[in-house]
Amino acid sequence: MNFVVDIVVTLKPSVLDPQGTTVKEAFHSMGYSKVDDVRMGKYMEVTISAGSKEEAQGKADEMCRKVLVNPVIETYSFDIKEQEKQEVN
Amino acid sequence: MLRFGVVVFPGSNCDHDCYYAIKHFVSDKVEFIWHKSDKINELDCIVLPGGFSYGDYLRTGAIARFSPVIEQVKRFARQGKLVIGICNGFQILLESGLLPGAMLRNRSLRFVCKYVSLKAVNTSIPFTCEISKNDILKIPVAHGEGNYYIDPQGFEELKKNNQIVFRYCDAQGNIDDASNPNGSVYNIAGICSKEGNVLGMMPHPERCCDARLGSLDGLAVFQSILKSLTLSH
Repeated sequence: MNFVVDIVVTLKPSVLDPQGTTVKEAFHSMGYSKVDDVRMGKYMEVTISAGSKEEAQGKADEMCRKVLVNPVIETYSFDIKEQEKQEVN
Repeated sequence: MLRFGVVVFPGSNCDHDCYYAIKHFVSDKVEFIWHKSDKINELDCIVLPGGFSYGDYLRTGAIARFSPVIEQVKRFARQGKLVIGICNGFQILLESGLLPGAMLRNRSLRFVCKYVSLKAVNTSIPFTCEISKNDILKIPVAHGEGNYYIDPQGFEELKKNNQIVFRYCDAQGNIDDASNPNGSVYNIAGICSKEGNVLGMMPHPERCCDARLGSLDGLAVFQSILKSLTLSH
């Protein structure tokens, strides 16, 4: 089975985000004065084959910790769903 | 004759500058090491040069740390031998866990390319032994992600172990926010490992070893390496 993992990586709340701060200031100068905070992050889509959803989950978590995320500054979350079968005409 | 190796990753672009500076002003014995090497020759010092290894994909230095040569660099460092990472080389040392902390985007969001002043606050390690404590060096930086970050606990460790080596300052040596080019914690420009044999620094000493380039202050770092290696031989 193929699973699609949607991974979102963001800076930890304790880490200042210069990009997010700049975007927030842009919002303020546009008149969106109620924007309190903006945090920027990364989105990644990984397709993996695994015997079960649990196995895919384990693999995805491992890949996040080992490669995709720098735990010193970043945190992550992900969603997993089974890949929809492509229709063959 | 002391032997230097300069690692070349795909995307390194200061490798030849390092090679030039070492060859002409430090030691005749310098070689390039391709990042796929899983074996390295007998060396006394390894340089991880600046640039954009793997196009800075994912995070700066994040992919380079999986190059086979990094295992060799780690082994080399464990033996107490000297490893210096400059700019992207520093970022690779952080990602590979040889030094603590991480790099964030510059506070200004701009790529900063200019001469800065650095205060040498730790001159007891092999990379700074020829520099007087609190001397001010004029060395250029060129980076988009030099905003060094470490959590408060890690920062206390750095201070306790005297691992902070260079701090950004103004020309008079005042360490303040205005002289910090990227927003790094505590104006940190360079740190070393607990043992002092691994140094990471954002400024480029190899770019100011030749009088024709405007400053000779980078030479102090290489001369320190030379002296400490000569003494230990």
